[in-house]
Amino acid sequence: MISFQNVSKVYNNHSVALENINFSINPNEFVSVVGRNGAGKSTVIKLLIGEEKPSKGRVIFGPYEVNKLKPEELPLLRRQIGIVFQDFRLLPTKTTYENIAFALEVEGRPQSEIEEFVPQVIDMVGLSHRTHNFPHELSGGEKQRVAIARAMIHRPAVVVADEPTGNLDPIHTSEIVRLLLKINELGTTVILVTHNKDVVNSLNRRVISLDQGKIIRDEEKGKYVLA
Amino acid sequence: MVTTLYRIIKYGIQGFFRNGWLSVPALSVMALVLFVFLNLIIFNVLAGNALDTLKDKIDISVYFQSDVAEDDILRIQRSLESLSEVQEVKYISREEALKNFQERHQEDETIVQALEILDENPLSASLNIKAGDPREYPIIVAYLNNENLSGLVDQVTYNQNQLVINRLANIADTVGQTGIALTVILSLIAVFVTLNTIILTIYSTREEIGVMRLVGASNKFIRGPYIIQGIVYGVLAALLSMVLMTPLVSIASPYVSILMPEMDLRGYFYGNLGNLFGYQLLLGVGLGTVSSVIAIRRYLKI
Repeated sequence: MISFQNVSKVYNNHSVALENINFSINPNEFVSVVGRNGAGKSTVIKLLIGEEKPSKGRVIFGPYEVNKLKPEELPLLRRQIGIVFQDFRLLPTKTTYENIAFALEVEGRPQSEIEEFVPQVIDMVGLSHRTHNFPHELSGGEKQRVAIARAMIHRPAVVVADEPTGNLDPIHTSEIVRLLLKINELGTTVILVTHNKDVVNSLNRRVISLDQGKIIRDEEKGKYVLA
Repeated sequence: MVTTLYRIIKYGIQGFFRNGWLSVPALSVMALVLFVFLNLIIFNVLAGNALDTLKDKIDISVYFQSDVAEDDILRIQRSLESLSEVQEVKYISREEALKNFQERHQEDETIVQALEILDENPLSASLNIKAGDPREYPIIVAYLNNENLSGLVDQVTYNQNQLVINRLANIADTVGQTGIALTVILSLIAVFVTLNTIILTIYSTREEIGVMRLVGASNKFIRGPYIIQGIVYGVLAALLSMVLMTPLVSIASPYVSILMPEMDLRGYFYGNLGNLFGYQLLLGVGLGTVSSVIAIRRYLKI
């Protein structure tokens, strides 16, 4: 469903982020992408969602060749991907409810669907008591749960989580990981980018290890090993 | 489609209120800009009115020899009226001239008595001529001075007032040009100030725009609320500017009347309330919309 074919990314003509990357991800997989800071993990995500274009190679997502999409075609791609960021990236002037509803609204879904689904998802991430709070009134863990709810509300084919636990303590971290596993069980592909060793080792799922822009390991039931 | 439009409008208005700390400065700058614009309109009306009054006061009179027949004078009047430079020619007969003179000096005993002593009307018949443009008097005077008429004409007042007339014409032109220059310069400043304020306002929400893009919002869906916000700025700023102007007009009106007795500032303001508000609404909404579109363009490329 997702495949990177001979992908390289060079920033500003000299800073090499990715070098000849090849991998593919099947539907309903749970894949962790690990590596040190600057290994190229985030670049993989940026290429997948079309935030950056590869310098070389092709990025395929379902029917889309992402590297060839025009800016006005990107929204269609992104509506099939749910993205969770380390820094949450909620809309500060919208409440929990509105932030989550926004992902449906951009698709032009009717109000009735929004009123039905949004409370369900808020309930699923355990934030019913925070429905009408603004992001600045929420804790880090709560914000991240709002972000996850927003990423999954429109039932995307893939949820991409870029260091979702980077700003959270261990208790909230395990909460977030549980949520991601739950989403995966519901039939969604999950790509988890992280450098949290404990998380990766406890998952016992596929691990792609990156180092200096290259894939150094791609194991079916992998561990967090960087060497 | 209707749902999307509804959401865009809802978010536009919601954004305006929830971003209070951004909306207030942007709104006040825009209100001030429109206020300056409103002042310019009123200034131009006042200046135009003053200039018209001034130009209207400039005229020349041709006095005829006392033995010239009325028919001849009327013939000359008709020929003057056919000149393109001439706007209006008024014939003042000897009797009328006398009547005007008596009215003007009815409280001056010496003059009244002096007139009674004379058996004959001492005043000449005259033609009072107004030109469309004060600069055209020399052409009219040249026409009057040609040989056919020189025997009939006693004197032309232009010859005495030439200097003053030219100077007034120059002043009128300068005031008119200054008004135009001022309007152009201040309007340009207003446009740039508004544009920059809105660019800064949107700049501070650029991360939000990025998030919206990443969540899969189309450019239309992102841009829409900002344009609605621009329109809200325009409408509220126009209202504010009018509210600001109302007491000012009341205060200034008596002073304007002293300077220009023909000008009723209050009357003009309230008589043209709709128009004045309309211009500002047009400018405000136009500026708000265009600035928003320009400002947001660069953040929609993620």
